[in-house]
Amino acid sequence: MSKPSKKMTLNKKHNLMGWLFLAPGALLILLMSFVPMFRALMLSFMTGVGASMKSCGLLNYTRMFKDTVFIQSIKNTFFYLIIQVPLMLIFALILASILNNKNLRCKGLFRTMIFLPCATSLVAYAVIFRSLFANNGIVNLVLVKLGILDAPYSFLTNMWSARIVIIIALLWRWTGYNMVFYLAGLQNIEYSVYEAAKIDGASAVQSFFRITVPLLKPTILLTAIMSTNGTLQLFDESVNLTDGGPANASITMSHYIYNMSFKYVPNFGYAAAMSFLILILVAILAFLQMKVGDKRD
Amino acid sequence: MYAFLCVVSFFSVFPLYWMISAATNKSAEVISGRLIPGTYFVQNFKALMANQDVGRALANSFKYAIILTLVSLVVSSLAGYGFEIYHDKAKDAVMNIILLAMMVPFVATMIPLFQMFSTAGWLNSTIGFILPTVSTPFLIMMFRQSARSFPHDIMEAARIDGLSEIRIFFQMFIPTMRSTYAAAMTITFMNAWNSYLWPKVIMTDATSQTMPMVVANLTQGYVTDYGMLMLAVLICTLPTAIVFFCLQNAFAEGITGAVK
Repeated sequence: MSKPSKKMTLNKKHNLMGWLFLAPGALLILLMSFVPMFRALMLSFMTGVGASMKSCGLLNYTRMFKDTVFIQSIKNTFFYLIIQVPLMLIFALILASILNNKNLRCKGLFRTMIFLPCATSLVAYAVIFRSLFANNGIVNLVLVKLGILDAPYSFLTNMWSARIVIIIALLWRWTGYNMVFYLAGLQNIEYSVYEAAKIDGASAVQSFFRITVPLLKPTILLTAIMSTNGTLQLFDESVNLTDGGPANASITMSHYIYNMSFKYVPNFGYAAAMSFLILILVAILAFLQMKVGDKRD
Repeated sequence: MYAFLCVVSFFSVFPLYWMISAATNKSAEVISGRLIPGTYFVQNFKALMANQDVGRALANSFKYAIILTLVSLVVSSLAGYGFEIYHDKAKDAVMNIILLAMMVPFVATMIPLFQMFSTAGWLNSTIGFILPTVSTPFLIMMFRQSARSFPHDIMEAARIDGLSEIRIFFQMFIPTMRSTYAAAMTITFMNAWNSYLWPKVIMTDATSQTMPMVVANLTQGYVTDYGMLMLAVLICTLPTAIVFFCLQNAFAEGITGAVK
């Protein structure tokens, strides 16, 4: 063993090494997330373009609450969040517990097929769904052939159907992704627990609610936070599936902020104020989910 | 149970099958509901090439995604390793602050980043593409989690053998954490390839556009050529699909390690 003084310097050296190891990553996050975040906050109190920007107090924030398109975009985003995220997580959980069954045949094949949608790029799958649900798309063709519809239904230009198509597309793309997280979590539960429960006479439904759900809670919390975060930032689907339409009925907050910054006459101050509201919403929701997650411990 | 799984699998695979068959058929045949792969692939390919510079977009996408993935793996794994192996109170506090960055939505940083990057002259450049997402809290967390299972005894032994800290990382940590690296690589490559909002903001020149941007461009017209469009979608999907298939098992393993 080395002398105490030498050990101190060795510890100090290791401590310094640790800082060197994490410095590039930490500095990049500081410069690329926190610095711009504070600049966005400053920007949100300003109005004008380029060098002629001047302070305008809370004007951008009061404007938001009178902006019907922005309010619509918040409603849409929350509609997607409230309907799609729980549906997707429940569905993924059920699929994962079925696929975790040791006696199931073709397990790998089913897992791969259900995960396959995750291999598509976001723009690509938005375009696929846009084509499937187009007036002359295959969904209309099948529904008319089956006699469910008399004439093709214009899914993407009707308010509610446009929103529902976005939800269907999201479910298609992300259920398998979340399922993989649950399958991974289930690997950490001893399979004998399920066998013991079965011997004790527990039904599949009972072991799902009594064993799977409680033991997977940390993973469920992780996926809930990730999908909430993702849904609040939806952009690609709104742009490429429905183009926010009809008449902004399916536009998301990120899409509107993008339009406000880069599509229309740029209004960076107002867009920054709106983006800050999203930041606050994400923070509140994540906080609530963690609180709920903690309570059941 | 099998019936349920078959139905779910059918709906998962059908849109992709439809895309592939549409890419080989004439637009009119696609509309009429033809589901069997056709013989119109070459014509669709020629039409696509005449319409958009797919080769350039693919080259751009590969360049941006590969560089981003490589740099990101090095930076994030170094940081995750540093946070876990040399952890103390101060570093844990910094880690908690970094995790907060997970909650910063991209739209909230997009406008200042655009302003900063256009001042720096980084529009339409690889560095402009990679910098905002080269270090992510998620990856750092993942590597930190997996560094927890890196045996301490081995490290001590290596130190006694006189290996420097950096060599321990490169010669011992990286080889043992192969599955974590594979999972991180899959996630990062897919995210980089798929990213759309940020390239749309900074890739203002047609010559720096990415493959997803090209696909989006194709939907802008009044009449959609489904055969051509789905071929573009197929080309845009293949690289991520291949990466996923090659690394599927390692991906599942890496996620298992991270979820523990």
